[in-house]
Amino acid sequence: MSLDASSGDEARSNGEEVVHSPEESRIVVKDLKYTVSGKQVLKGVDLEVIPGEILCVMGMSGSGKTTLLHCIGGLTRATSGEIWIGDAQIVGMSEDELNHVRERMGMVFQYAALFDSLTVYENVAFGLTRRRRMRPKQIREIVSEKLALVGLPGTEDLHPSELSGGMAKRVGLARAIAMAPEMLLYDEPTSGLDPVVGSVVDELIMQMRDKLGVTSIVVSHNITSIFRISDKIAMIHEGEVLVHGTPDEIKSSTNPIVRQFIQGESHGPIELGHR
Amino acid sequence: MADQATTAPADVDSTRAKSANLFEVVLGYIGELAILLGQTVTALVQGRVNSRDLIQQMAFLGVHSVSIALLTSFASGAVIALYFSQFLNTYGVGSLVGAVVSLAISRELAPVLTGVVVAARAGSAIAAEIGTMKVTEQIDALRALAVSPIEYLVVPRVLASLIMLPAVCALADAAGIVGGYMVAVYMEGIPAATFPSSILQFLEPSDFYLGMVKTVVFGLIIALVGCHQGLRTRGGATEVGQATTNSVVLSIVLIYLSNFFLAAMMFTKSSGI
Repeated sequence: MSLDASSGDEARSNGEEVVHSPEESRIVVKDLKYTVSGKQVLKGVDLEVIPGEILCVMGMSGSGKTTLLHCIGGLTRATSGEIWIGDAQIVGMSEDELNHVRERMGMVFQYAALFDSLTVYENVAFGLTRRRRMRPKQIREIVSEKLALVGLPGTEDLHPSELSGGMAKRVGLARAIAMAPEMLLYDEPTSGLDPVVGSVVDELIMQMRDKLGVTSIVVSHNITSIFRISDKIAMIHEGEVLVHGTPDEIKSSTNPIVRQFIQGESHGPIELGHR
Repeated sequence: MADQATTAPADVDSTRAKSANLFEVVLGYIGELAILLGQTVTALVQGRVNSRDLIQQMAFLGVHSVSIALLTSFASGAVIALYFSQFLNTYGVGSLVGAVVSLAISRELAPVLTGVVVAARAGSAIAAEIGTMKVTEQIDALRALAVSPIEYLVVPRVLASLIMLPAVCALADAAGIVGGYMVAVYMEGIPAATFPSSILQFLEPSDFYLGMVKTVVFGLIIALVGCHQGLRTRGGATEVGQATTNSVVLSIVLIYLSNFFLAAMMFTKSSGI
């Protein structure tokens, strides 16, 4: 990390507004491999996400999408390769070093992963109370603002068990954006939601890009949602990037695997195997 | 016979392989615990302790375990007094009941019972809570928020155990002696003044505080094993259940094993006590 970045960390931990150059949210993945229990889950993935764009990563269940997202978020340690977040190469970093990078990143989990012993307020405020030296009043204002942004004002005192799936996902999003991240990683943000709530979540993802300039990676296999929100799409198949391009390029792809996937056909080159 | 002759070496090889495998598993487990302990100590030394989390855990591990620890220790003191009052009276040394009960309670029963009670009540809850957090991605969520699971989950639990178990043990000491006193004096007719005077005559303060020192080790075992079992949980509800059971079983086994070595170090002639 550069000197500017470390002074940024200090300002960030004091709750001050930090201005980053857009290049600091560029995400570049080079020849990323991940092997677990003898199985090669990622076989050399190359990707680039330009600052301020939404990249959707699609693919069959078990293709390695979530593993890739977890590697980028530093939650899973890649076997080899490089992941550049701005000017920081995170593969091989210690947890303390990773935490500095994670402070600039938010993550929305497939099943929200809210802390079930805490209220909605405490969930959204969690990162702020633990990582930033901010006054309680400031934290309260940020939590209210973020909950209003995801359409859940007044839910501060509820517990996760009292929320519907859609509400929990939106609280998870509020928690992720409370730290004002430059990058957001979404794992299946619309899975299990009804189409209306799914659209609301899609709009929130686009708002993050349009209003806050957030760089996003969205892992999904919801084709409608993917073509609605993405600037770029990458399809992962059997641990490798099969295609990477704009939504129009993907729609017009002649690759039979891509065609079968986006058209949702049961017959074609994709073998179901043990999926 | 020929079959036996040909299969015997294979059986021996298989047994050797199993032993080697078990040895590797045990060594690996000890290594994992040592790493977790190292990470916890590092966080403690760096002062990364949240006082609110610590107080919550002190209440959960200590305060909420007091009633059950008192009850078990009281009953144990009572039953020892029952046996020894009759036995010692037979030989005309009933006046020693107070010393015998207090020695058994302070050196062994109160520390071990406190450890076992907290392991069963709180150690299982630690493993279940952290295990559930692991399988529902809450641990990943912590890390994604740049918060160390060691600092947030392990450090407060370990520190709370180290602080609270000796305190619970001190109360259990008192409960056990009171239980013994009530049975000895009111059921077995030992003179009321004899019971405390024999304690003062035969017991040293070290009998009590070394017993409490034992519970520091037991507290470390309970918190560390519970956290470790929770953090290594993978899968779903079944695995969380297994982690919970493993946590209690391992904690109790390790408490009894360490108790023997601690007793050998603290209370034998070579230790000077």
